Amino acid sequence: MNMPFYVSPEQLMKDRADFARKGIARGRSVVVLAYDGGIAFATENPSRALHKISEIYDRIGFAAVGKYNEFENLRVAGVRYADLRGYTYDRSDVTVRGLANAYAQILGTVFITESKPLEVELVVAEVGATAEDDQIYRLTYDGTVADEHGHVVMGGQAEQLGRKVGDGWRPNMSLGEVLRLAVSALGSSDGGTPRTIEPGQLEVAVLERARSRRAFRRLPKQALTELLAQEPEEDSGTGDGESSGGTAAPQAAPGPAEQAGSTGSPETGENGGPDAEPPAGPKEGAP
Amino acid sequence: MDGFGGGQAGRGHTRLPDAFLRPGSSSFVEFLAEYAPDRLPGANGAGQGALPGAPGVAAGHGGYRNDLTPHATTIVAVTFGGDGTAGTGGVVMAGDRRATSGPMIASRSIEKVFPADDYSAVGMAGAAGIGIELIKLYQLELEHYEKIEGSLLSLEGKANRLATMLRGNLPMAMQGLAVVPLFAGYDLDRGVGRIFSYDATGGCYEEYEHHGVGSGSLFARGAMKKLWRPGQDAAGAVAVAVEALYDAADDDSATGGPDTVRRIFPVVSTVTADGYSRMPDDDVAAVAEQIVAERRERGSIA
Repeated sequence: MNMPFYVSPEQLMKDRADFARKGIARGRSVVVLAYDGGIAFATENPSRALHKISEIYDRIGFAAVGKYNEFENLRVAGVRYADLRGYTYDRSDVTVRGLANAYAQILGTVFITESKPLEVELVVAEVGATAEDDQIYRLTYDGTVADEHGHVVMGGQAEQLGRKVGDGWRPNMSLGEVLRLAVSALGSSDGGTPRTIEPGQLEVAVLERARSRRAFRRLPKQALTELLAQEPEEDSGTGDGESSGGTAAPQAAPGPAEQAGSTGSPETGENGGPDAEPPAGPKEGAP
Repeated sequence: MDGFGGGQAGRGHTRLPDAFLRPGSSSFVEFLAEYAPDRLPGANGAGQGALPGAPGVAAGHGGYRNDLTPHATTIVAVTFGGDGTAGTGGVVMAGDRRATSGPMIASRSIEKVFPADDYSAVGMAGAAGIGIELIKLYQLELEHYEKIEGSLLSLEGKANRLATMLRGNLPMAMQGLAVVPLFAGYDLDRGVGRIFSYDATGGCYEEYEHHGVGSGSLFARGAMKKLWRPGQDAAGAVAVAVEALYDAADDDSATGGPDTVRRIFPVVSTVTADGYSRMPDDDVAAVAEQIVAERRERGSIA
């Protein structure tokens, strides 16, 4: 291979980042949202077999956008990592933080050393004993890890959708509420007129806090139709009979007292303010 | 973050080794054999020098002795329903709670029946240390497959998978540390409960109606032969399994009977179309106590 002219490292990295970003933006978005009973993942995916959302371990879920073969490879690596770790030590020793680090290393190394970066963006999330213990990590093509709180949108028109989801999300929403928010956000992705996405076109899964061991569960079409059909009830705290057994928390005022999961980082804009939210969380660069 | 690069898989690599990213098998055991063969059950010392014909083997028990690990005893499995009515069939698996070490009782409360996955149960007799490790790996193998492939293995696929894993333990079995599992599950395609037995070399045999393994299985099987009725329901199958274990404990010193003093009763699990469920101890106690009462009433002294 003949060497090209001198290319500055800045230019090289920028070219690679642009390349990866373009690939990721082509696909459909994935929305990840915390709710009172766990963490929900939703995306538009007509395929029943090629999943973008999967189980990694007992309490850990995985969602990805970008090139299928690339993130599928990463998913398998994650399952192997988690299973090996749980087998060698104990099931409770498998943590999402370790998994996120492992992914960050792979993404970062490939971004620097291979001829092309991985055109993927991932979210790995772990549901904890309480909402405060929930962890959501977002990993980008260059190995950057972001610790997210409450909600993430990636892929497609992620920024625009992220703003919409950020405006609508409050701590302690019920499963039905977050799913309606997710679906309305996904439907608005084509700019102008909002679309209605049929439940059959959606891939939705949850990490349910209440389940004893394996928290991951896919929501079949039937359950999804029911959850989406429930009209958004008044904000005035009517005890909503959601199937998730939601605590009838005072949902009207997302007061500062209820900052689920925001462990000392107030930048997530929970009050739904118009502040253009930064990609949130302490950024940690690739090595 | 201290975790960066450090000990990702317990080995101190800076990033996941290529083996993790290599496309290929959806088997965890195969992955483990390739990446960390030392963590397979029975990997230390077996495998290399202890193959058939190695000096240690010719000398009887080779480098190992039977009393290195406790010996787990009787497991029974009993099918029920299966008369064609959809969703009524299933299988019950039960195991006593004793482990022995030669003439000594090593444990009164060991558990030898486990869920293999949502629709199957696995129990084992033989070398307890290896057997429990093998079952742990087997459970993981099925879960791993399910996660990677997004679907369950067929019941026969699961049964064959266990046979393959057992074959890997052959060197240990040759030296006296044999594990003999019993596998039973609900066949989602056929809608019936099925039972598979194994020998120490990994031979896999389908059994019909009922089966038992372990030191007391001779007596348990005799009992089941007389007690089992076609078309019986789940409760009937539980009663057959518990009574068979009672008979096994009656005649085999290595099988424990219902312990009413310490309130230790057999592990009884049921697998149906609704999945695996373990019967609560209180319910098993009621069944066991009824059987004891019947025997007392009958009053025979033999």
